Amino acid sequence: MSLDDLKKIPYGKTSIELKNISLAFGGVKALTDVSFDIKKGEVFAIIGPNGAGKSSMLNVINGFYKPTSGLINFAGTDRNAMEPEFAAKSGIARTFQNIALFKGMSTLDNLMTGRLLKQKQNFLMQALYFGPVEKEEAEHREKVERVIDFLDLQSIRRTPVGSLPYGLQKRVELGRALAMEPEILLLDEPMAGMNVEEKQDMSRFVLTVNNELKTTIVLIEHDMGVVMDISDRIVVLDYGKKIGSGLPEEIRDNKAVIDAYLGVSDE
Amino acid sequence: MIYKETGQYKSSYKSDHAIFPLIQDKIAFSTLMFIAFLVIPFVINSYWEKAILVPFLIFSLAAIGLNILTGYCGQVSLGTGGFMAVGAFSTYKIMTYFPDMNIMIIILISGLITAGVGILFGLPSLRIKGFYLAVATLAAQFFLVWLFNKVPWFYNYSDTGQITVSERLMFGIPVTGASAPPYATYLFCLVLVVLLGFAAKNLIRSKIGRSWMAIRDMDIAAEIIGVPPLKTKLSAFAISSFYIGVAGALYFAVFLGAIEVTESFDIMTISFPVLFMIIIGGLGSMLGSFLGAAFIVTLPIGLKFVMVDMVGMSAVTAKHFEITIWGLLMIIFLIVEPHGLARLWSIAKEKLRRWPFPY
Repeated sequence: MSLDDLKKIPYGKTSIELKNISLAFGGVKALTDVSFDIKKGEVFAIIGPNGAGKSSMLNVINGFYKPTSGLINFAGTDRNAMEPEFAAKSGIARTFQNIALFKGMSTLDNLMTGRLLKQKQNFLMQALYFGPVEKEEAEHREKVERVIDFLDLQSIRRTPVGSLPYGLQKRVELGRALAMEPEILLLDEPMAGMNVEEKQDMSRFVLTVNNELKTTIVLIEHDMGVVMDISDRIVVLDYGKKIGSGLPEEIRDNKAVIDAYLGVSDE
Repeated sequence: MIYKETGQYKSSYKSDHAIFPLIQDKIAFSTLMFIAFLVIPFVINSYWEKAILVPFLIFSLAAIGLNILTGYCGQVSLGTGGFMAVGAFSTYKIMTYFPDMNIMIIILISGLITAGVGILFGLPSLRIKGFYLAVATLAAQFFLVWLFNKVPWFYNYSDTGQITVSERLMFGIPVTGASAPPYATYLFCLVLVVLLGFAAKNLIRSKIGRSWMAIRDMDIAAEIIGVPPLKTKLSAFAISSFYIGVAGALYFAVFLGAIEVTESFDIMTISFPVLFMIIIGGLGSMLGSFLGAAFIVTLPIGLKFVMVDMVGMSAVTAKHFEITIWGLLMIIFLIVEPHGLARLWSIAKEKLRRWPFPY
């Protein structure tokens, strides 16, 4: 089981390595020959202008897209592509750029879906709903309540998420990913559309998860202030190509990155 | 003031997750069960049995089945009539081959057979959604009815093409056939509905129900979480068809006694009414399945009572009116309250909580 392999990797060593990943949809090249590695326990940011292929990169990591060429080394094993279910079972959780919550369900139920893979009782037992099933439900509920506690979601436990404001929905989505107890957490623009206070809250949550649960964070974000403050390492994409990578200070002084963001002057 | 949960604290996750967390609901449900099991059997007569109670119970079961598939898992189906026919004909064939088998077991096996057929017709659901899936299930409806009509083996080569139930006993009392007393058929259906109703509610509030709703609300996110779409959709088709199959078996064996497939399991007599039941009752609500079934079953009786007996219209005119009113109500419900009677009930509860104060 690769979740166990992943857990055995010491902190600070490579857990996922992407080797020469290319992804094309017909003639459109979303990613071209991108390579980088993600180390266990770090906050890793993927940045770049709009349409640079950041979300595509996340979709490759959790198996939603299959790369046209290249290899993914996940926990020491080379693979051509990941599978969504395999990724979920191997401890990869994610949130989406456009919130992808289950709108008809309550906050609590949304978070409980994060526990689905860990619930083992079969459907006949669930239909009878006695002893073991009740115990299992209560165990997972307890785990979910910890997440609710951590993210301050107590007051909206029973509210259908469709009726929640945007910022809270983002938080519930983070909660659902956390309920999976992931080893690696992929966050696709977790702070998009938030005001400063909400961004501060979200940054605090992300850092606490990283510090206390030692979860690896892979983050896409447009707010450079946030990115420079909270990430350990950064990779920069532009038009599907890697144009820079390294520590935040290195990125800040990287000529290619500045050109990509600010444009190249004619002189 | 009538509905207040003040002071009802939950100290364990188990009690918080109960089917009836409020004491008022518990009392109401127990009273209902007391009346259903211990009062009605003693006062029931043949009219109440045949016109209201037994059809209500059977259609409740069918509505629960369709609600699992459409309301909880989001897969639209118009094949209810066809699947009920599978349940009915399975019962008939098992009855002919195993004359000594207990009727309860026969009906449950018929449900399992229907579940198998449901899985088969659920396979396209992985590829197609919404309208297109509805058309695929419509094909199931027409194909199954055609099959039971065209292949004489299913109706034991009888000249009329009808199938007729033979008398079967439960604890020495006949529950099928012409001589079955009203209380026996009623209690037989009631026991099945209560047991299967609880089973459905349990499924919905545990892991499998949450996977269905996840697929319904956002299938991409569900897949990323690790919900396998094909397996989940097929499980919904199987369990939904099981309920519909049992309903079909009861419809044939206990309710009608003799059926002709094109007439009894037509899309207009079964598939659409059951779909209306869950829309009017409330998509994705157990209570809604029962309310919808009660509404659709009693509406014609109520309208007939008002129009023929009170106003003095001719029965034919009243029948025309009935269809019109039916259609009108459908449209009104879809526009005004798409979540159906169950939603109206929860609004009423909210109001009762505050009554007599507006805030």
